[in-house]
Amino acid sequence: MNIASILAKKGDKAYTVRPDQPIREALGLLAKHNVGALIAVDEAGHPVGILSERDVVREAAKNERVFGMKVTDIMTRDVITGSPHDDLMTVAHTMTERRIRHLPVVDKGRLIGIVSIGDIVKTQRDKYQGELDTLQAQVLGE
Amino acid sequence: MAQAGTQAQPLRVAIIGAGPTGYYAADHLLRQDRVTVEVDMFDRLPTPYGLVRLGVAPDHQKIKSVTAAFDKVAAHPRFRFFGGVEFGKDLTLADLRAHYHQILYCTGAQTDRRMGIPGEDLRGSHPATEFVAWYNGHPDYTDAEFDLSVERAVVVGVGNVAVDVARILCRTREELAATDIADYALEALSRSRIREVYLLGRRGPAQAAFTNPEIKELGELAGADIKVRPEEVELDPLSRAAVAKSQDRATTKKVEILQGYAIRRPTGKPRTLIVRFLVSPVELIGDASGRVVKMRLVRNELFATPTGALQPRPTSQSEELPAGLVFRSVGYRGVPLPGVPFNESWGVILNDKGRVLDPDTKQPVPGEYAAGWIKRGPTGVIGTNKPDAAETVQCMFEDLAQGAVLQPRHPDAASAEALVRQRRPHYVSYTDWLRLDQLEVARGRAQGRPRVKFIQVEEMLAALRR
Ligand SMILES: Cc1cc2nc3c(=O)[nH]c(=O)nc-3n(C[C@H](O)[C@H](O)[C@H](O)COP(=O)(O)OP(=O)(O)OC[C@H]3O[C@@H](n4cnc5c(N)ncnc54)[C@H](O)[C@@H]3O)c2cc1C
Ligand SMILES: NC(=O)c1ccc[n+]([C@@H]2O[C@H](COP(=O)([O-])OP(=O)(O)OC[C@H]3O[C@@H](n4cnc5c(N)ncnc54)[C@H](OP(=O)(O)O)[C@@H]3O)[C@@H](O)[C@H]2O)c1
Repeated sequence: MNIASILAKKGDKAYTVRPDQPIREALGLLAKHNVGALIAVDEAGHPVGILSERDVVREAAKNERVFGMKVTDIMTRDVITGSPHDDLMTVAHTMTERRIRHLPVVDKGRLIGIVSIGDIVKTQRDKYQGELDTLQAQVLGE
Repeated sequence: MAQAGTQAQPLRVAIIGAGPTGYYAADHLLRQDRVTVEVDMFDRLPTPYGLVRLGVAPDHQKIKSVTAAFDKVAAHPRFRFFGGVEFGKDLTLADLRAHYHQILYCTGAQTDRRMGIPGEDLRGSHPATEFVAWYNGHPDYTDAEFDLSVERAVVVGVGNVAVDVARILCRTREELAATDIADYALEALSRSRIREVYLLGRRGPAQAAFTNPEIKELGELAGADIKVRPEEVELDPLSRAAVAKSQDRATTKKVEILQGYAIRRPTGKPRTLIVRFLVSPVELIGDASGRVVKMRLVRNELFATPTGALQPRPTSQSEELPAGLVFRSVGYRGVPLPGVPFNESWGVILNDKGRVLDPDTKQPVPGEYAAGWIKRGPTGVIGTNKPDAAETVQCMFEDLAQGAVLQPRHPDAASAEALVRQRRPHYVSYTDWLRLDQLEVARGRAQGRPRVKFIQVEEMLAALRR
């Protein structure tokens, strides 16, 4: 299974923010969409960074003025992006190893979605559960 | 109007599609007692079970025993089946909206993914979907023709479907005759003159989509020797590192099995099954009459994407592979249903966790849901559809609790049945199906086969009238 099978049931949604938007607005978007991260995209729609709730919390812990700052001030710039054909097993490994919770997915340079480590873990679990159930049915059904 | 989901006014749900997903969803809907639910399940075919009947290979009978669990679901007093009733043709979305509080699409993936290479549509090049449907006796595919008089068949792809196709092409008449394969397919395949069957993987052995029991079975065929090139199953440095890092036992085992095949000597069986890796067809080439005669293959190398996944890219090396028959087994694809939003990127109904979305607002369309292959795409075994259906059913119950259901004008079982009867007087009920099932099994018993399928819809209806 690959990333595409997760994106297929997420309605092609990827919540984005502009790098020059204030953190206050970004928080509003996180709350409104009930997501843990927003992808910062430039004018052309290319991802240039990612802003997670953690980034905000980390900054807020040391800086009271965080709400007035801009997304670009605290977003993570070194974003690893996935492609729809990447296998889930490899992606899960890389995300765990590098402590990434949200992965923007890009196809031909265009942002097409975002998957979270939670999405991947659930999909993997359902896959194993399904295989187990199928095996069981096969054995019991004889 | 009474609150839907009570004894006085049960929640009326229409499930479109009687594949595994439809049954799992029905089970989740009916097997709880907070909400009173009535399920009507529709399938365009007279027979239920979807790909379990018409996809799963005939020489894999054991797995088909899951249908016993499906029959238990169907025995629920608030479950009805209407076979031979097609959504979009016999019943429209407007019809369903007038009779049900919720509509759940479980229509699977009815067509094939395209490869997008020149010559793909030459005569003699077929999607695996067609061949699979044909040998399993799908009523829509009985007229399909495959030229089995050629010497070599090539199956593109190394998923489990590709393995099914290759295995069926390699089976002996005796092996096939003990299955429920369609009679016409048994006849045609017994006369097959194919000597060599190729399976083509575009990546390496460690990335092959087939699973271990399936690839092991290919090494145990009565009528075919398996052949693999040692250099193609030797792991490249990237794959070796990836396998070592993931420590995935199944992948390690898969590579071992394939490397074992590479050192086997042929034992003189009538057919040879050749599994190749790191090659992609880039063009199918035909003769003057437009019939495929060969394909051009390019050799691939693997590269790591930013997430570490290994993907193929073409090198400058290419080769030609003569072949008179080509099966493209690169995945299935969902088809849009009339009036239902579709996501072209993945070939699924546009949805969020199973809630159908409006394409413009990306907000849920009240009362419409999707589950299974038409929701997440064509991957996963039968049981994978169970948690998938559970996720959708949970959304359905959540929405019901919010009062976000349709307000049908005729929310009762009798008027729904009257409508179906008016549109399709000869629909097949579950009782009818169970009778057909018994008849098929009885016909099979006489020949020492699990069943002999009814193929033509007319034939089924005639058997029921007797
Ligand atoms: C060739 C093949 C072999 C497989 N072998 C195995 C195996 O050995 N073991 C295993 O575990 N898994 C196997 N699988 C996977 C398994 O079959 C699928 O996971 C499963 O069938 C998907 O279930 P579904 O209900 O979503 O779709 P389907 O099984 O495809 O069911 C969809 C149903 O919807 C109906 N339908 C479609 N459109 C309409 C409409 N407009 N109106 C009314 N009805 C409609 C169809 O007639 C069909 O009955 C195989 C798959 C394939 C393709
Ligand atoms: N016995 C069983 O349990 C059984 C039997 C049949 C089916 N199933 C299940 O049903 C599902 C569908 O099976 P499937 O075989 O259709 O799908 P699949 O497992 O996704 O395999 C598709 C294959 O096609 C290849 N492919 C895709 N695009 C290609 C291209 N352009 N050129 C060359 N190769 C290409 C893929 O290679 P890449 O990996 O490189 O993309 C892969 O090898 C699977 O989950 C399968 O396990 C199970």
